[in-house]
Amino acid sequence: MPSNKSVSDAPITQFVNCRILREHKLQREDLWVREGKILDPEKLFFDEKGSADQRVDCKGHIIAPGFIDVQINGGYGIDFSQATDYVKGGVSLVAKKILEHGVTSFLPTLVTSPPDIYHKVLPKVQVQSGGMQGAGVLGFHLEGPFISLEKKGAHPEEYLRSFLSDGMSDLIETYGTLDNVAMVTLAPELPNSQTVVRELTQRGITVSLGHSVANLSQAENAVQHGASFITHLFNAMLPFHHRDPGIVGLLTSDQVPQSRTVFYGMIADGIHTNPAALRIAHRAHPKGLVLVTDAIAAMGLPPGRHTLGQQVIEIQGLHAYVAGTKTLCGSIATMDMCVRHFKQASGCTVEESLEAASLHPAQLLGISHAKGVLDYGADADLVLLDDSLSIRATYIAGQEVWRK
Amino acid sequence: MTFIYASYFCILFSENCTKNLCSGNRLYFRGVFFQFNTSKMRLVILEDYNEASEWAAKYIRNKIIQFKASADRYFTLGLPTGSTPFGCYKKLIEYHKSGDLSFKYVKTFNMDEYVGLPRDHPESYHSYMWNNFFKHIDIDPCNVHILDGNVTDLEAECEAFEKKIAQAGGINLFVGGIGPDGHIAFNEPGSSLVSRTRVKTLAKDTIVANARFFGNDLSKVPSMALTVGVGTVMDAREVMILITGAHKAFALYKAIEEGVNHMWTVSAFQQHPRTIFVCDEDATLELRVKTVKYFKGLMHVHNRLVDPVLSIKDE
Repeated sequence: MPSNKSVSDAPITQFVNCRILREHKLQREDLWVREGKILDPEKLFFDEKGSADQRVDCKGHIIAPGFIDVQINGGYGIDFSQATDYVKGGVSLVAKKILEHGVTSFLPTLVTSPPDIYHKVLPKVQVQSGGMQGAGVLGFHLEGPFISLEKKGAHPEEYLRSFLSDGMSDLIETYGTLDNVAMVTLAPELPNSQTVVRELTQRGITVSLGHSVANLSQAENAVQHGASFITHLFNAMLPFHHRDPGIVGLLTSDQVPQSRTVFYGMIADGIHTNPAALRIAHRAHPKGLVLVTDAIAAMGLPPGRHTLGQQVIEIQGLHAYVAGTKTLCGSIATMDMCVRHFKQASGCTVEESLEAASLHPAQLLGISHAKGVLDYGADADLVLLDDSLSIRATYIAGQEVWRK
Repeated sequence: MTFIYASYFCILFSENCTKNLCSGNRLYFRGVFFQFNTSKMRLVILEDYNEASEWAAKYIRNKIIQFKASADRYFTLGLPTGSTPFGCYKKLIEYHKSGDLSFKYVKTFNMDEYVGLPRDHPESYHSYMWNNFFKHIDIDPCNVHILDGNVTDLEAECEAFEKKIAQAGGINLFVGGIGPDGHIAFNEPGSSLVSRTRVKTLAKDTIVANARFFGNDLSKVPSMALTVGVGTVMDAREVMILITGAHKAFALYKAIEEGVNHMWTVSAFQQHPRTIFVCDEDATLELRVKTVKYFKGLMHVHNRLVDPVLSIKDE
């Protein structure tokens, strides 16, 4: 068919024979892409009198927006918090590998570390678009060191910090720079945290509450100052109590400003959260659920023993134990496993399970005009899945970057 | 009755004769020229909406394929919108998807479009045609013509539309529907029966009928539209009017059992040489039993137009 495109000569790809996730529903529609963005075919037809240059037959599969992982500590033997000298290469390796799990954008996460680690690592990895080389980096997630001693979890105690008189200057002194930082996890009960929450929010950095013994009103206060996320709900915080629900109570709090949503990360590997707890959270606040992997360096490694840094780890199925014990030392589930497990454990719809890994993290980060959606004008970061929600292919900016 | 049989006879011959034997009204057969009148008014009555939609779609399919369109010779089709032709479009899409029908050499001209409604509004006729037809078939966007209700000079747009139809060689088959007030396109009661494409203010009846597409809020329904005229459709070589549902029954009665009257503009087609009214049982509820029985008795003749149904796979 002769094409007479007036807006651009760039080639147009039409994905046919597919079901796309749009407006919260799976619809039998074709998906059109030009110059890395999703194209409105009706405008193309009537305004430009144009048509597709190539067609991709999706064989009836599902097209969803590419997954976004906002908490991932490493994988394939790489630990972002340890690999100081070759952190850039480490991030790139993981970025390339997670394309297989349908992840097209992520926040490399650093656990509590001494200031010189932050000073060395942060400038080395920039926010960058994804492509053939790997998933896009949206910025760092700095989990700590401004967290609670009682809820440090596996974070090194000696590097925990609190805010002295001027919270922000402590923060900047610790991290060195806030460039390329997308999210900070902190404990809101720490004195002087309010100004920090406000400042970070104003700078466009997402503030997350976690590793904390805050009560509900401290948590609500932080939300009112701008906090919008909860780091791995249930883990490293006070358990739900019916007279003081703590941070968990944010899911149903009436103190959250009307126009805002509090999102919460869930590690849906079936191990770190009991499926019943997952269901309680999901049913209480389905629109806030964000699937995260919180994956450690052992993710992606084959079963058996591995030495990672100072630790010897044993991988059995989806469990990663300290070798010779039954102590869990982190998650190794991949994002697509989390999506499948979440759907199966919660009984939610296919659409909800896919949105928990795409739309919700995009909304959390304030980028849902471009990512996590298949709306016209959004980035064409896509994942092709079959009905069992296994990944068949991954696309970034309309280019195929991985195929099964 | 003799006239009917003569026409029937001629249908048989005209369907069997080859191009060079048959020209216009004269058929050369076994050394004799038969002069016959090809003017027809057919009333095709099917059981229900689905059957009527399918009959109409098969008729259009056969017409397009028989025409043997090519890059030098396009088949021009006039098209309607609304709930009536919806089923027909679905069937045509099916025929395309099964590989039996192509719209590669088809040019389309839609009947009408609202004035002042953004082109991408879900209720615009552009949206209707894209979602219910064009996006599912292989038509070239350059061959699609729909009036633009958002230009500054509406009259120039209407004149240009008429010129485009002329440039395309006229319309081979104009498919239309009928309003409850007997209008064709937006040629409201009182319209001139020789009218051309122009701007029309919509009648109250039409606005009320359309309100269901605008959340039942009358204030949101556009009050003006660009429409082909009665005369524009009368110029087509063949016209097919789809009429389904009991709410259209009175309009159908006025259109074919009463006289030609500009208050029921579809009645103008009593004077068109080749018109087919395709309807379901419910649409015949206001007709005389005699009329209905007569045309039902002709169904075996009418069905020869859609049986056998042709396919491009056979070429």
